[in-house]
Amino acid sequence: MKKETHHECCAHHGHHHELVIEGLSAAYRDILALDKISMATSCGNRVALIGPNGAGKSTLLKAIAGLIPRKSGEIRWRGTSVKKWSREFAYLPQREEIDWSFPITVRGLVNMGRYPQTGWWRKFSQEDQAAVEEALKSLDLKELEHRQIRELSGGQQQRAFLARAIAQEAHVLLLDEPFTGLDRNASILLGDLLEKLAGEGRLIIASHHHLDSVPKLFDEVLVLKTQQVSFGPVDSVLTPALIKETFEV
Amino acid sequence: MFEELLSSPFYQRTLAAAAFIGFTNGFFSGFVVLRKNALSVSALSHTMLPGIAIGILVTGYLSQWNAFFGALFAALLVGLGSVAVARGKRIAEGTSLAVLYTAAFAAGVAILPKLQTSAELEHWLFGDIMAAGDTDLWIVFSIGVVILIGSNLLMRPLLLTLFEPNVAAAQGVPVRAMQYAVFVMLVLALVSSLQAVGCVLTVGLLVTPAATVSLLTDKTSALFWGGGLVGGLGSVAAVLISTPLGISPGPAIVLLLGILFILTYLFSPKYGVLVPKKYFTSLK
Repeated sequence: MKKETHHECCAHHGHHHELVIEGLSAAYRDILALDKISMATSCGNRVALIGPNGAGKSTLLKAIAGLIPRKSGEIRWRGTSVKKWSREFAYLPQREEIDWSFPITVRGLVNMGRYPQTGWWRKFSQEDQAAVEEALKSLDLKELEHRQIRELSGGQQQRAFLARAIAQEAHVLLLDEPFTGLDRNASILLGDLLEKLAGEGRLIIASHHHLDSVPKLFDEVLVLKTQQVSFGPVDSVLTPALIKETFEV
Repeated sequence: MFEELLSSPFYQRTLAAAAFIGFTNGFFSGFVVLRKNALSVSALSHTMLPGIAIGILVTGYLSQWNAFFGALFAALLVGLGSVAVARGKRIAEGTSLAVLYTAAFAAGVAILPKLQTSAELEHWLFGDIMAAGDTDLWIVFSIGVVILIGSNLLMRPLLLTLFEPNVAAAQGVPVRAMQYAVFVMLVLALVSSLQAVGCVLTVGLLVTPAATVSLLTDKTSALFWGGGLVGGLGSVAAVLISTPLGISPGPAIVLLLGILFILTYLFSPKYGVLVPKKYFTSLK
């Protein structure tokens, strides 16, 4: 089922956009967090970033999102530097990095997704309203739209942030540990949702720490340990030998 | 006698000043509440006193203008200085602000005895809205207009910055500039309420209104406009009741807003601690 949607790319714009990372290194002060990462993937894929704690999974997501400067290397989307395309990238931080007490409703959050389109001043057009409605509906948040974001379950919170990404019309979703803290049902729902979003032509890159569920949830996997251990389709990369090498110190 | 008072242009001017100062400060209190560091506002407000003292020392006399510029200068220096020091990431903003504001306050305390006009300083400590002259009103009005226009023009990038600074930066919002903008407007708001409530109590006007509204609603925009309404109406009501009760309007404003906050904290339909949660869920 997942192979059908795989590479049947970008249904809503009919192009085949590529994300290419070449020799990417990033550091916090003097500590190297990512060392010469190279990979290429395209929309329609779900890419898992796995590796032990401190392997640089979050750093890689942040570097792609442009949240931290890179030390060297390049990240290209549609053939040019990602900087130009910030509007097409949506980044969902780890749960603990979000200020859940911020007085904002689900609808308010999804509205924020339109800001890159509206700019600082333009009033919300009918198109903006429609995009917000559509995002709320497609993620089944219509009934929860007036809830403050802390009054949602973990799965609903993930959906609210995904709805914002969809309202933003993002092509690349960068998710930091999206499955963490979700119960079984919520995980299954989120897995199905990511499959649907990828099926519609989005590129999904998520850090993940449950090795067992990688084959079910993702198409490709990048194994990290500051340096790149391996990258490719899930079944050819995740060999027992490689898992042992990466996760055992 | 009260009617007579109400019809006097002097009293009407006081009420207008209270309404306007209350509204702008209440509106801006939305940002203070979202920034979650109301105590730093308190630090800044205390900085204004030495600022006024230095203004008098430099110019040799006390007037609205040198008090205004002294307060503005000191608060900007300390406020922006603390943001700049905190940018080094080695020292948290609260830490640098605490260091700089106590140093400034110490300078103020050292200078105070050397001034001829120190008795009049009480007026700036606790405010005296009844004594507001035309110049004061114009200063307050201009600052209010700048704050209201500025914060509305920058509302979206400011909210993005306050909610998720990282994500905002990635979307091209000049986060650093936005943080400075909030600070500058904050200092302007503090200075604008000097006349009404004095530099010690300005914090009340700049925190309480939106804090009260945040107990009633989850809509972000309501924090600002609701805060403005609470601040404006609360200030006018406080001035009106302060006369018959024989208390000064400045403390009356902050006290009334504080009482409103406590009542809301207890009885807010949604978040009130004395309101059974069942009541709310059954409403849905």
